Amino acid sequence: MANTITVGISDLNVVKVPDQLITYALGSCVGICLYDKTVGLAGMAHIMLPSIVESGSKDNIYKFADSGIAELVKRMTAAGASKGRMVAKIAGGAQMFKLSSTSLISNIGERNVTSVKRVLAAQGIRIIAEDTGLNYGRTIIFNSVDGGLTVKAVGKAPKVI
Amino acid sequence: MAIDSYDNLNSLHMDVLQEIGNIGAGNSITALTSMISTKVDMTPPKVRLLSFAEAVESSGGAEKVGIGILLTLSGDISGMIMFIIEEDFAHKILNLLMGQNITEISDDDEMSKSALCEIGNIMGGSFINAIASMTGMTIEISTPSFARDMMGAILSVPAIVFGQIGDKVLFIEEEFNDEEESIKSKVALIPDVESLNKILVRLGIE
Repeated sequence: MANTITVGISDLNVVKVPDQLITYALGSCVGICLYDKTVGLAGMAHIMLPSIVESGSKDNIYKFADSGIAELVKRMTAAGASKGRMVAKIAGGAQMFKLSSTSLISNIGERNVTSVKRVLAAQGIRIIAEDTGLNYGRTIIFNSVDGGLTVKAVGKAPKVI
Repeated sequence: MAIDSYDNLNSLHMDVLQEIGNIGAGNSITALTSMISTKVDMTPPKVRLLSFAEAVESSGGAEKVGIGILLTLSGDISGMIMFIIEEDFAHKILNLLMGQNITEISDDDEMSKSALCEIGNIMGGSFINAIASMTGMTIEISTPSFARDMMGAILSVPAIVFGQIGDKVLFIEEEFNDEEESIKSKVALIPDVESLNKILVRLGIE
């Protein structure tokens, strides 16, 4: 029987076949899913901010794209995955509110996505699917059996990427 | 003592924030009542410092659909204020305001969205005026921005701003009552830490 493990905000987790991972209501945050099909391992991180380096608050490494992804890769590898086989799917990074000012949060979703892509590229992990940007929240469910990522949003039919 | 994070607010600070919440909520309910010409009572607001997860839970859970109206603050302080209202409450206000019978706000219903933005603007303005007059500060408010979505996604916006400095959100929960029912709405008030210090200093708490 498959279990569904919840990944909170600023959190990550790794599961084995046949379990799945879910994170709720990604807004400007980004969900990063890593998959190693050969060993049947799926990992998911839910990050809020682009970079721990730029932040004044360094208490939680899971909160940031750079430190969060590094930790997720480490946890996947420790569980038996190989970085060379890992592929990524990402979702989220929406702009929930249109703001006229160019304040910190006006483009935070976009900056999160940019940072996630840069960090994954630096790790040599290919992004094979994404559902990012626009202006709505997303709940995502990552299936370790086939690596399918289900994206749900208010008023939209669920889709699998 | 200046605070460097929301995590080290003490009970005196919280009392001051409670008072700001009381006065701000009182002002905003007066503004709302005059707009919809219906008597609305309010229980004293609850001012709490919540973690992101607690704030989402208190708003009905991550996937509960609600409405957020966001205004950014500038001038003597910087930060943002967000009204979080349940859909039922939004429909009720719209129907009272515009004599309609709305049961859902669709994506292309610009009229309803701008009406709710305007309500957010007036309520936010009266809330901020309370702070401005208590502290003698000049505070400017941006034009409002609207989102109808999952509470978790809406609240991630203040959570991200707070994420720079800590993991807590200053949450002011108001409960409105009319003859028939009681409806909750929330205000997330988010001055940055430096601005919060300024407010506390202006009010004589250091």
